[in-house]
This record gives sequence, C-alpha cells and structure tokens, in this order.
Amino acid sequence: MKEFALIFRLKDAADFQPSPEQMQERMNWLGSIAAQNKLADKGNTLLPVPGSAKTVRPDNVVTDGPYTEIKEFISGYIVVKAATIDEAVEMAKGNPIFKIGGNIEVREVLKRD
Amino acid sequence: MTAVLCRHFGLKHIETAEDIASDTFLKASENWAINGVPDNPAAWLYAVAKNKIKDYFKRISVFEAQVKEVIKQNETEAEPDFEFNQQNISDSQLAMIFAVCNPNNSAKSQICLALQILCGFSIEEIANAFLTKSETVKKCLHRARTNLRNDNFQIQSLRKTEIQSRLDTVLKILYLLFNEGYFSKTNDQLIRKKLCSESVRLALVLTENSLTNTPQTNALLALMCFQSSRLEARTNSKGEAILFDKQDKSRWDKSLIERGCFYLVNATNGNEISKYHIEAGIAYWHTTPTDKNKWQHILQLYNQLILIEYSPVTALNRTFAFAKVYGREKAIPEAEKLNLKDSSYYHGLLGYLYAESDIDKAVYHYEKAAQLTKSRTEKQTLTKEIERLKEENCR
Repeated sequence: MKEFALIFRLKDAADFQPSPEQMQERMNWLGSIAAQNKLADKGNTLLPVPGSAKTVRPDNVVTDGPYTEIKEFISGYIVVKAATIDEAVEMAKGNPIFKIGGNIEVREVLKRD
Repeated sequence: MTAVLCRHFGLKHIETAEDIASDTFLKASENWAINGVPDNPAAWLYAVAKNKIKDYFKRISVFEAQVKEVIKQNETEAEPDFEFNQQNISDSQLAMIFAVCNPNNSAKSQICLALQILCGFSIEEIANAFLTKSETVKKCLHRARTNLRNDNFQIQSLRKTEIQSRLDTVLKILYLLFNEGYFSKTNDQLIRKKLCSESVRLALVLTENSLTNTPQTNALLALMCFQSSRLEARTNSKGEAILFDKQDKSRWDKSLIERGCFYLVNATNGNEISKYHIEAGIAYWHTTPTDKNKWQHILQLYNQLILIEYSPVTALNRTFAFAKVYGREKAIPEAEKLNLKDSSYYHGLLGYLYAESDIDKAVYHYEKAAQLTKSRTEKQTLTKEIERLKEENCR
C-alpha cells in the first residue's frame, strides 16, 4: 500500500466555516475512508483567518495569509492508504468540497526515513 | 477476600491467600448449615479468615524457627496488623485489579486471571464462557500467574504514577471483560449476565478511589450501564437473540439507563474524549426514542469512533447507522467498500441492505453469513430470515 496526501483547497475564506450539514457530509466522507481502514493520518485543518496565517518571503518580508497573491488557499489535508494513485483519486471524488468550489490535490507521499 | 490477603502478603503468596479464602468459605458452609447464617456474614467470614492467617503464620514461624535462626524477624512478620475494614477491602480490590491487569500477559490471560482471582469464577466457568477446554484455561492461568509472580509490581502501594500508567490497561481489560459477557460466544445466559455484572462491579471499585475515578472510567461505566439495561430484552425465553429493532423496550432496565446517564455526565468533567465516551454516547442514543435526528447523532459518533480506532465491527455498525440515515440503497456501496468478505456480520449487513431491493442478492449474502457464523442462535435467526425472503419472492 502506498500513501497519498489529499490536500484541500478553497477559494473563499467564507466557505471555511461549514454549516452543520456540511460538517456532517465531511465527516461521513472521512468516516467512510476510515471504515475501509484506508486512513493513514486524519490530518489537520489549516486555519486561514487573519492572525493564523502568514507567509515568510526572502529579505524578511512577512505578509498576512497566503491570499494576497494567490486566489486559493489550503484549508487542510489528510493522508490515505491506496494501492494506486487512481484509487486515491476515486476516494477524493466523493468529498463534498467540490460543491463549494474547492478542489483536492492528490500527492503520493515519499516518507522520510 | 483474596485481594485483601494478597495485598498484605504480596503476590508471591497468592496461592496461600486463595487457600485461606476457600478454607474460610468451606468452614462457613459447614458452620452456617448447622447454626444458620450469622447476622453479619461478611464480618464472620473475615474474622475466620483472620484467625486462619494467624494459624498459618504460627505454623510457618515454628517451621522457620527450626530451620533458620532468624526467628525474631519472622515473628514480626507473623503478627501482621491489618483489618478487614471497608476501606481496606476496596483499596485491596483496587490494588488487585491493577496487579491482575498486567500488560506482560496477553489480554486473554488477563481476562482469565481477572475472572478467577477478582470474580471467583471456576476454571470450568471460564472455559464455558470462552467455549474452550478447561485444560487450555488451566495452562493459560498457570502461565499468567508465573508472570505475575515474577513481575515486581507492588500490590501494597497504590502510588499515583503506577496507577496512572496502568489505568489504560485496566480499563481496556474491564471493557473486554464486559464485551466477553455482552457478546459472549456461550449461550449460557447465567454466565453472560455474571460476566457483565462483575465488570460493572470492578468498574465501580475504580470510581471509589479519587485516583482512578477519571472521566474515562466514568465513560466506561456509563457504557456498561447502558448496554446492561438491554440484557433482559436481548433474548427470548428460548435463548434466541432478539434484534435491536424488535426488542420489547419495556423490558429495558430504566434504572440502569438512569445510572448510565449519571456516569456519562460525570465523564464530561474534563477535556478528553476517549473511545469509551463515544461508545457510551452511541449506547445512550440507542436508549432514546426514535426521532428524526437520532440516527444522524449515532452516525456522527461512529464517524468519530472510527477515526480514533479502526475495527471491522465499528466499520460495519457505522454503515448500518448510515443506512438508517440515508436509506439502504445508498448504504450498499458504502458497505461493499468495506470488503470484509470473511466476516459473517459483513454478509449479514449486506443481506439486510439488499432485502428491500434485490431479494436474490439478499438471500445470497444471508446464506454466506449463515455459513460463516459460529454462533448457533445466529445461524437460526439467519435461516429464518432466508426462508421469509424466499417466501416473499414466490408471492
């Protein structure tokens, strides 16, 4: 089994606060992967709000958040176990994030020893 | 009683302690048969045990005196000053629970030991509960006892650090002990109930000491209370299992449900959420009347539980809850993704999910489940269901 990181991206910080129904959908999706014993790491949420997000650039330039220059921001990640990247992609397809204009990047994990 | 004695003499003398305890009960059965049961049977028993210990140490010290010259030292040991009072009894039981739940032994042998030493089960009763041979249980217990004796766990002391480091193991063993009763392979109702009530008793001992009265302990106890409340309703007079949906809810034990709620509230005194909290939460929702959100709550708790710890049973139960919320049709792909083809419960679940839409497939899965299950009553229930579906198909 290989491991793949699923990286969630959202367009609008306003979508970051899910409604109870959205939360249930999200948890159902996560629970479904865990129920197949394919969740390697339940990951974390990355807060996009002011004060919780800064970007450090060369020459000690620090800006607030990642959203000044790019339109999307990373809202979180999980790590799944799958035989192939296609299987990981299939898992990602069921995520409700697409309903609110988000996307998921699937990346194979190369573990540091 | 064995626990109190052992705490005093150390685990090395566990056999002696057990001998004295059983001698005491033997004497009681002789004496009480003739003179009737005394006013305070517990006090009577402990008084007799105390005398027997004195006799035992007198004998030992006489023997030791002839062999060794360190009589003085032995005499101080020979007159131990201890009391069988309530505090000592509950402390000793607690110490014994912690001694028995020794991670050096396998979970199974810890359970066997707990049943024998803490719950006073006979080897036959243990073998019966596990559906194994007495000989196997005997060997298992022998190995476990040797390990215990070699372990330097100090039963006399109940120090904070030791208790904290071992509490997780203790809770896990009590959890397994309870499940052994609740989901037991044996059809012997008496043994099942005894296993459940003994685990509740031991968990109660934990709540009596401030060091072990943690939110987790309370959550586990709440879980046990909620589950126990359904023990009577779960089987019919023939000992056949009654599925949750078909249980007579008036046979649920209301007082146990109330106690479960009490301990569940106690369990929220803290920030930690353990799997016992979530399982107790699930068990709580099961005791409530069906409203539109009930199964959504249960499903969300199962989602959390499966994130804490994967187990095939949790995965299957989660899918059942999913079907209750979103309908059987939508749950079928969820169930098939689990791919637990060797599990009778997996096929049982798929049989249930297909029963409304595709009777052939439902029958196929129920038949698979009946082949795979080891439980006789389970097989009967499944066979009945298959016959019912086939009849429905003919109509």
